[in-house]
Amino acid sequence: MKKQRKLGRGVAIVGAAMSKFGVFKEKDSRDLLVEAYTEMLSSVDKGIDPNDIEAMWVGNFSNDFYVHQGHWGPIVADLLGHTPKPITRTEGACASSALAFRDAIFSIASGFYDIVVAGGFEEMSKVTTEQATEGLALALDRPFEGIVGFTFPGVFGAYANAYFAKYGANHEHLMNVTIKSHNNAPLNPKAQFQVSIRDIMNSRIERAKQKGEPIPTWKDEKDFLRDPKVNPPVAWPMRLFDCCPISDGASFVLLVAEELAKNFTDKPIHIIGIGQGSGRPLHTASSLTSFEANINADKEAYEMAGITAKDVQFAEVHDCFSIAEIIHTEDLGFFKPGEAYKAVAEGATRRDGPMPINTSGGLKCKGHPVGATGTAQMYEIFKQLRGEAGKRQIPNKNLRIGATQNLGGTGGTCTFCIFERR
Amino acid sequence: MPERLISPISFHQFLNEEKLMGSKCKKCGKLYAPPRPICLDCRGNEMEWAPLKGRGKLVTFACIHVGPPWMIEQGYDREHPYCSGVVELEEGVKIDARLEGVNASKPETIKLGMPLTVQFLHRGEGEKMQTFLAFKPA
Repeated sequence: MKKQRKLGRGVAIVGAAMSKFGVFKEKDSRDLLVEAYTEMLSSVDKGIDPNDIEAMWVGNFSNDFYVHQGHWGPIVADLLGHTPKPITRTEGACASSALAFRDAIFSIASGFYDIVVAGGFEEMSKVTTEQATEGLALALDRPFEGIVGFTFPGVFGAYANAYFAKYGANHEHLMNVTIKSHNNAPLNPKAQFQVSIRDIMNSRIERAKQKGEPIPTWKDEKDFLRDPKVNPPVAWPMRLFDCCPISDGASFVLLVAEELAKNFTDKPIHIIGIGQGSGRPLHTASSLTSFEANINADKEAYEMAGITAKDVQFAEVHDCFSIAEIIHTEDLGFFKPGEAYKAVAEGATRRDGPMPINTSGGLKCKGHPVGATGTAQMYEIFKQLRGEAGKRQIPNKNLRIGATQNLGGTGGTCTFCIFERR
Repeated sequence: MPERLISPISFHQFLNEEKLMGSKCKKCGKLYAPPRPICLDCRGNEMEWAPLKGRGKLVTFACIHVGPPWMIEQGYDREHPYCSGVVELEEGVKIDARLEGVNASKPETIKLGMPLTVQFLHRGEGEKMQTFLAFKPA
């Protein structure tokens, strides 16, 4: 057995980009890929000749289902002008592009390539909500979990009920996650929903006034989120505002061997820890208040980095559902088991709190085009560590270490990556 | 017991016959439900079918308003939710199942730990018959 995992040689990110995330009736996957790719090239401080890119990995979960197009590797190669170089599509449900990222890293660490790209994309909005739900549910364990009616929101609802029962939390605590994410979102120009919960309340009140309808009398954000008319159950206890939206988008990062990084930028972001784990369906999960896959991913990544959770200053975690953010931040060691819901209530995960989580607005507000999410999380870390996050830049911290956690399916695949600015 | 491959297909065939079946490792005796072809404990791959009593308690659940096509076909929608849950069987193994005989529109009335008993929901006829595993309050 290996005592400590490490890369054969260091790898750094020297460019990163994401398309705007959202619902785009007039744009398809190819448009979004070009948008993100073009921005990635221009994000490289000292420039990059696209001909120097030797290979690419792109994550995509379910475009086969959503837009009836598979075999995306060569399509992306042709679209972006990389044919006949190799482009490989990876699939790990909502962690698809984090898997692309890992394979890209291994290709450099092994010495085979020096300059590669990892990214991902998804186009989900051309189908109905029911169809999108069905598409996501492809990642469930169909003969046992899926057939009895579980959906993604259903599984996370089941995790939430188990968490509530074990730790004495309730749905009011989950609202704190939603409100926090919505407070970050207006600061992110790439986000799907650039509005706070307060903004949404005000616009609904304004609309009611204009239409001469009864004016809603919500006392505060939580009162709004308690209203089943605006926040109906999707899979109780998951309500609409506990769930990330259906989105389209693409994202890319440019990876190079560490010794070449200075040719591209004076501010490379170094990859110091990567980990991945596998989990199981609900009926055989080792816990219903933690994700087994997270535990293995953390162990690999922290061991490789030689750091602990205390050293991580901020993170993007996979808040596909509000409860997921709570559980991930416990699994990753940022908070003790059963403590994260209290920490969120106290503001610990706010942008100006001691442990900022999802400064991008998270999947909830930034959007979740599933295949694009993994590398889009890394884009946020890249921007924050380089001090380029604009209005949402984490204040009053000398940021050096950030992390991303990406979950696929209902916990079947989890990845954890740790990044450093030196 | 009939010799059937230890597989999800066989598990669902048994459900059609109103039998809830797990698998048991011939080497170490460990029980699995749903059935598994390889023992996680001893890695043995010789399994035999093991009937389950179909009694258990509710571990967790969700009341689902937007379901997959096969639930929509059965008449469930945003206004008519259904309940899916995880049941811990008396034999100590867990299984996913529909919950019947509960009010999915009033989730606060559904209690974790409540005792449950198996129910086989047959849908369709003849060759097309499909049986869904459900549990109802005991």
